Amino acid sequence: MAFKLNTLLASAAFAVISTTSFATECIAPANPGGGWDFTCRQIGKILFDIGQVPNPVQVTNMAGGGGGLAFNHVVSERGTDNDLIVAASQATATRLAQNAYAGMTADQVRFVGAIGADPGVIVVAKDSPFQNLNDMVAAIKADPGSVAFAGGSAAGGFDHLKVLMILKETGFTDIRKIKYIGVDGGADAITQTVGGFTQGMTGDMSEIVGFLKSGEVRALAVLTEQRVPGFEDIPTAQEQGIDVVAVNWRGLYVPKGISDADFEAWGGKLKAVAESQEWQDAMTANGLAPFTKVGGDFQSWVDGVIADTVELSKEIGVIQ
Amino acid sequence: MEIINNLYLGFSVALSPYTLMLAIIGCFIGTIVGALPGLGPSNGVAILIPITFTMGLDATASLVLLTAVYYGAMYGGRISSILLNIPGDEPAMMTTLDGYPMAKNGRAGDALVISGFASFVGALLATLALAIVAPSLARVAYVFGPAEYFALYLLAFCTLGGVASKNQAKAALASCVGLGIAMIGVDHTTGMTRYTGGNLHLMDGIDFLVAIVGLFAVSEVFFFIESHGKNSSLGVTLGKVTIPWSDIFHTRWTMLRSSIVGFIAGVLPGAGASLGSFLTYMMEKSIAGNREEFGTGVAKGVAAPEAGNNAAAGGALVPMLTLGVPGSGTTAVLLAVLMTLNITPGPTLFADRPDVVWGLIASLIIANFVLLFMNVPMVKVFVRILQVPPAMLLPGVTMVSFVGIYSLSGSYFDLLLMTLFGVLGYIFRKLDIPTVPVILGILLGANMENNLRRAMVLSDGDWTFLFSSGIAISLWVAAVLGFVAPFFFRRIMKKPKIAENA
Repeated sequence: MAFKLNTLLASAAFAVISTTSFATECIAPANPGGGWDFTCRQIGKILFDIGQVPNPVQVTNMAGGGGGLAFNHVVSERGTDNDLIVAASQATATRLAQNAYAGMTADQVRFVGAIGADPGVIVVAKDSPFQNLNDMVAAIKADPGSVAFAGGSAAGGFDHLKVLMILKETGFTDIRKIKYIGVDGGADAITQTVGGFTQGMTGDMSEIVGFLKSGEVRALAVLTEQRVPGFEDIPTAQEQGIDVVAVNWRGLYVPKGISDADFEAWGGKLKAVAESQEWQDAMTANGLAPFTKVGGDFQSWVDGVIADTVELSKEIGVIQ
Repeated sequence: MEIINNLYLGFSVALSPYTLMLAIIGCFIGTIVGALPGLGPSNGVAILIPITFTMGLDATASLVLLTAVYYGAMYGGRISSILLNIPGDEPAMMTTLDGYPMAKNGRAGDALVISGFASFVGALLATLALAIVAPSLARVAYVFGPAEYFALYLLAFCTLGGVASKNQAKAALASCVGLGIAMIGVDHTTGMTRYTGGNLHLMDGIDFLVAIVGLFAVSEVFFFIESHGKNSSLGVTLGKVTIPWSDIFHTRWTMLRSSIVGFIAGVLPGAGASLGSFLTYMMEKSIAGNREEFGTGVAKGVAAPEAGNNAAAGGALVPMLTLGVPGSGTTAVLLAVLMTLNITPGPTLFADRPDVVWGLIASLIIANFVLLFMNVPMVKVFVRILQVPPAMLLPGVTMVSFVGIYSLSGSYFDLLLMTLFGVLGYIFRKLDIPTVPVILGILLGANMENNLRRAMVLSDGDWTFLFSSGIAISLWVAAVLGFVAPFFFRRIMKKPKIAENA
């Protein structure tokens, strides 16, 4: 009986924890452990630490449909909740562009801001024959089958698109010939590359920090406008004559139906987080580059990104 | 001597009254979370993350608490497997095969003590192995490409037929059902959805926790209603709970072998504890002299999977700490915690943050001893569950299952799906089709398919790529042997028995 009571109490306690409603809620549209979870937990923690919200932020993990379930939940059930923020990233924009959320569109929520970006990187094993991005591009042009890439997203996802953007920029048009395997996350993609199963890895800076330090991989290029602080020895693709910028921004969206004043207020709070020392430290430790866009600026920037992604996706046949 | 110094550093970090208290609390919560159907180690750890933030714990203290919950849940999973035939979490599934028959024979106490001790052996050996060989073992992940992983999963599949001792064809059918279910969701190689009917809830595929709780817990309730509790373990007269020293002694090699195999399965990213417990059970079954008795309640049948899955839990920490590759759902959550604490796991972690790594290892060892001392005396409390009137117990279990599954995704859709799986499980049991292979089909099928497809992309569809390395070829040989051997063994084993009887 004693145990039985314990089980009931424990389950009751979990039920309470998962439905607490008086605090600000941040929905991470994925299981604990990924980028969206990190966004919610870090931003949520700092919001409370610097006094922008009165109570600790409650993080809810709502995995499913690559973020589609959470999107649907916000659109259909929480449309006017002004105490709700949802973690988003470039993946959210990519999926919206590719119509992967069962017909839902980007204009059904408001993108309130990004406060950091995970720069795109192209990485090879330390003993790779490629010394720079152009070596690699030349090899692919000579024989598209000779270079395979591994990345953490499924085919058609952002990691895949980065490679295609680079090759398209250099005038290679047969982009469907490029070999790409989607594995379970960036670290997995690196082990496949270090192991020699693939010749290149496409991913985010945060995924390769530990491996760069240990010297097991070399980054051929970072896909930002300027070199990333702390990683000044990695050249940008632009420096190598390939004009591609691809960053996985980390930010938030809020429900469509909140007032303009509330929308601006969230933008301000997010800006305060971006300027805090705690966030600066977290960014450095995780290989994020500064990237702050809030409010209306951010919304129009996201719209632009989505339009570009639609165009590229049509070209590779992910969407019609 | 370096390791002694390192361990000394670890224990000096981890062995304070405060952290010891956290370890005990963590072990207790973990055991309960593990025992509740639908709540596994990954939920347990995830639920506690906000609490570690609210309490303002530093890196070491958070890790002590969370890893204690992790190990605790791995121990706890066996409790409901043995007592109620409902696995508390997915790695504990294999423990139902012999644990529940033991409980029905009135040996619930023995089964709990043996499996608890096996858990201890597996977890302790794995933690020591983690301390000694982790940095060098990290390189194992580099030699496993798509072809090798495919061969590894194939090996597991080829031995699936032997899970059910009676009818291999039915086991094969069940695993095909599992494989079919595994096809649902986004196809990683093309990015297209399959068999989802446009339903967003099905895009990520079917969570095997939903399938497990449905097939085991919900179908158990249906079955119970029909039979009015006859032929179940509830209400079986229990003997006094004693420590079955002779069984523990007889299973010592089983525990040792299973710990080694389980640890290796844990080290390979993506394989994890479920594969560990499955492979160890099948290994013990195939080398045991009395293989016909497996499934009827033998000590080795509970010792092997429990040593295996706890060793795998320790093994899964190797790729997480040294490569940042989570080997299982729970290590993915632990990885997130480390990142949030601004600790980046990777090849340099052992050199950069020895206090964290060795503090973690020391706290794992502490948690292990706490769990052993907590679990063996508590067996008396656990077995009393069987004396709870079924009219109260089963609704309670059902309620906990529903809450647990709802907490996974917060969607009612999973609850409907779980009930459907309950009906499926009921039908399967009526037809005497084993349900364990269904889960293994779901669990292994997606991985097997993805790796085959990746191998084909890399090699431009050249089949010989699958046999392109020594590791792949040896796994293929093992797989073929594992598939064919039972047919021959059975003939050889049966002959002397007939002779004896005559």
